Amino acid sequence: MSTAVLQSERAQVLDMRANIRRRQWVDLAFGVAGLLALLFALLTLLALIIDLAMTGVPRLSWEFFTNFPSRFPERAGILSAWVGSFAIMITTACCAIPLGIAAGVYLEEYASKNWLTGLIELNIINLAGIPSITFGLMALGLFVYQFQLGQSILTAGLTLGLLVLPIIIVTTREAIRTVPNSIREAAYALGASRWQMVWDHLLPYSSGGILTGVIISLSRAIGETAPLITVGALTFIAFLPHPPVMAEFPFLSFQWLKDPFTVMPIQMFNWVSRPQPEFHVNAAATGVILLVMTLVMNGIAIWIRYRFRQRLKW
Amino acid sequence: MTTNTNLNLRAEVKDLSFSYGPKKVLNRVSMPIYENRITALIGPSGCGKTTLLRCFNRMHDLYAATNYDGEILLHPEKRNVLARDVDPMEVRMRIGMVFQKPNPFPKSIFENVAYGLRVRGVRKRSFIEDRVEKSLQQAGLWSEVKDRLPSPATALSGGQQQRLCIARALATEPEILLLDEPTSALDPISTTHIEELITELKKDWTIVIVTHNLHQASRTADYTAFMYLGDLIEFDTSDKLFTTPRDPRTENYITGRFG
Repeated sequence: MSTAVLQSERAQVLDMRANIRRRQWVDLAFGVAGLLALLFALLTLLALIIDLAMTGVPRLSWEFFTNFPSRFPERAGILSAWVGSFAIMITTACCAIPLGIAAGVYLEEYASKNWLTGLIELNIINLAGIPSITFGLMALGLFVYQFQLGQSILTAGLTLGLLVLPIIIVTTREAIRTVPNSIREAAYALGASRWQMVWDHLLPYSSGGILTGVIISLSRAIGETAPLITVGALTFIAFLPHPPVMAEFPFLSFQWLKDPFTVMPIQMFNWVSRPQPEFHVNAAATGVILLVMTLVMNGIAIWIRYRFRQRLKW
Repeated sequence: MTTNTNLNLRAEVKDLSFSYGPKKVLNRVSMPIYENRITALIGPSGCGKTTLLRCFNRMHDLYAATNYDGEILLHPEKRNVLARDVDPMEVRMRIGMVFQKPNPFPKSIFENVAYGLRVRGVRKRSFIEDRVEKSLQQAGLWSEVKDRLPSPATALSGGQQQRLCIARALATEPEILLLDEPTSALDPISTTHIEELITELKKDWTIVIVTHNLHQASRTADYTAFMYLGDLIEFDTSDKLFTTPRDPRTENYITGRFG
């Protein structure tokens, strides 16, 4: 081989190395930029949380949970707010979970794929992203004025139920879709009906994913404020809803569904908007509780998903 | 086509055409299925052998835009399983199927085998237990799993899982057993196991098996059908089809000139 050829080959290799170095620089530059973006987001969030915790945590005490709101910040508590949040969560769960799961299963397994179901699907995904106050306005017209349900726990529960329904439908469908088709075929090949296939296989195998979706949707609902203010939540409630059990027959009472309510984020908002700094401390304490509750709920969701993944192998 | 008058017909495919939407996959296929015999469907990929097998238990009904034309008559009453007024659930309750890839339910070994009975509403515990044991014995799995029936089926090896799927199909005593390339996902030792098992099973069952393994067809099947591009090219006893094929396409295929 002539020296000229050798030299031109060497030049090519050098070119290639320069090119690689250049591209590696770009790689590195993006890596650094990405890390900075991540740190910025994380640190801002962390600063906010620490600030909230430092202000709020010292205020937490047993009385804070067992006292009604009060004109005196040091005596004010969140009893009516957390009871209201709890009652509304139960109402929301009772209406949104069965409806959402049933709708998800129907869309995924029963409905034929045509333009109509396509349209419905698109709208459900769209609904999941609509500003929550729109749901509040709709609920005000429908539940409060049309159905005369009043500014009650029932109205609030149904409103939040509507709000999280799309989330439950979408996550249910996604969970069902992870069950391999071979399992469906195996069940059908043994003579199972569609319902037997859904009940004996799809739902049990996807229950981890469905539960995760349910919990995440409830943890979203617990922090919602705007739609509840729209349907008429009170900001100052110094009494509890009717108890769900009674001494005489039929022992269960649903009177509480018709009671007025407040919830934790509204209580928090109310305190923040007052001039006295002592009330701001109360708001921070409520914020800490909300934060911990959301964290716990999401933690449970992750744990459930992990457990179910471990148990299921295809 | 050779018809054997000494054997009882278990089923009969008559002028069966099948299409996915506009795409025709089977073209006027006719063939007999003899009682207590193994019938193999062979042919290159995409020839329609699996499609034909899945017509027998109306698996195609699960998907949109599929269309049957022609008949599959189930003997002795000569019921056309493809008829519109026949519920696919009835067909699947009478004709069992084992799939290409083992697909046990993520439940216990016991529940897998018992599921076909549960679907039928059988409640009696002792009956289910007896049937589970019998089916697992027939599938040659009993001695390996009898001490761990409550443990998950997915923990079994691939070969064991496939035998479990066979036991699951046998538990409801189907009139015909369909096997769709039952060994294609298994190692050679498990394959031998399953092949021996299939030969054993024909004493009590009528079997239709799809395979791309020509040795498997010639070793285990009594009858073999060679399919090509949706047509049934040749149907004969495995002996004749593999030694003296009549059609040049069959000969080319079994001698490995295409496939």
